[in-house]
Amino acid sequence: MNCTKCKTKAVIDLPRHNAAFCKGCFNGFVHDQVARAIKSEKMFRRDDRILVAVSGGKDSLALWDILLKLGYKADALYVNLGIGTYSEESHAKVTKFAQAVAGSHQATLHLHRVEQEAGAGIKELAQLIHRPTCSTCGTIKRYQFNRVAIEEHYDVMATGHNLDDEAARLLGNVLHWQEEYLDKQSPSLPASVEGFAKKVKPLYRLSERELAAYAVLNRIDYIVEECPMAKGAKMLQYKEVLNRLETESPGTKQAFYWGFLEKQSKLQPAATTMTEKDRTVLHPCVSCGQPTTAEVCSYCKMMARASMAKS
Amino acid sequence: MQVQLSHPARTIEVKGPKKAKELLRELNLVVEAHLVIKGDDLVTEDEMLYDGDQIEIRPVISGGSPLTPYPLPTKDELHQM
Repeated sequence: MNCTKCKTKAVIDLPRHNAAFCKGCFNGFVHDQVARAIKSEKMFRRDDRILVAVSGGKDSLALWDILLKLGYKADALYVNLGIGTYSEESHAKVTKFAQAVAGSHQATLHLHRVEQEAGAGIKELAQLIHRPTCSTCGTIKRYQFNRVAIEEHYDVMATGHNLDDEAARLLGNVLHWQEEYLDKQSPSLPASVEGFAKKVKPLYRLSERELAAYAVLNRIDYIVEECPMAKGAKMLQYKEVLNRLETESPGTKQAFYWGFLEKQSKLQPAATTMTEKDRTVLHPCVSCGQPTTAEVCSYCKMMARASMAKS
Repeated sequence: MQVQLSHPARTIEVKGPKKAKELLRELNLVVEAHLVIKGDDLVTEDEMLYDGDQIEIRPVISGGSPLTPYPLPTKDELHQM
């Protein structure tokens, strides 16, 4: 199989685009898809300071790599969850990338250790407060990424969500008719209220397979192992179903998610409706000041419950 | 050929020659969820693989609970409020 563009030997075929690429043309394709996402969704400007949420996985490290190569000012934050050897390995991958690649672009890696603040790793913390581990993890990550983005005055926070993540999340929301979550599925969410950073997903046009290929081809050393806490998670099941459909009928995932975005933009501009809704329901947490729908935010409540359970 | 698999990590011996997509099909693996790496190089589905090749089949799916962009309350949290 030869490269669709330059006719040399291809290293990856992309059935949804009816194309195959060599390494050079594939890197060009990936960079172009990210540049198109940034422009079409008005994610950030050339001089904006970006905070990338990195986990040691392929998507977030690929995102950091792509943004730096496209010439953006992108720093990163890694949250060490304290999941034994899994967290230590993923932490080592992030540190290695920061030293080898990000360092030459004068990019900074911020670090937050859950154990340092909570006195326990994520698994122990979830047991203390009787909450599922994935939900505890989500609350901590959302809180810490927003906190660092606001405190360090970043213009925007970028996450490595890809086409598969968004299509699987959309499938889950539609299957359970969770309509209240649908307007949060836009790839660009505004800083709707004081205390919230703008959040963007520059990889929403690229599939998980394409991002794994980008990481392999560019020698980005990422953690292949699945998070031990995520085994059997619903999101993985949705992804599996969508991948079976995609293999049989290439383009299914993009038709599903991009089609949703197109219909949503025709109905109501998501940014406007979300800002209006957020302004009516969100106010500062009395404990930490981050926006919340309750008097005390879920992060502060969680920390208070953990502290009570330990004493 | 030696084929390295993940989740759980293991190595199996498979008789060649065969195309990468045939290997995936034989192992009942979905093309869209895997990459085939020969030595250090990524290969396309129609690449012929031979006895003596070192192959890695790398799964690409990740993530159990993706970071939702805003601190929306979960169903549990809604009940606790």
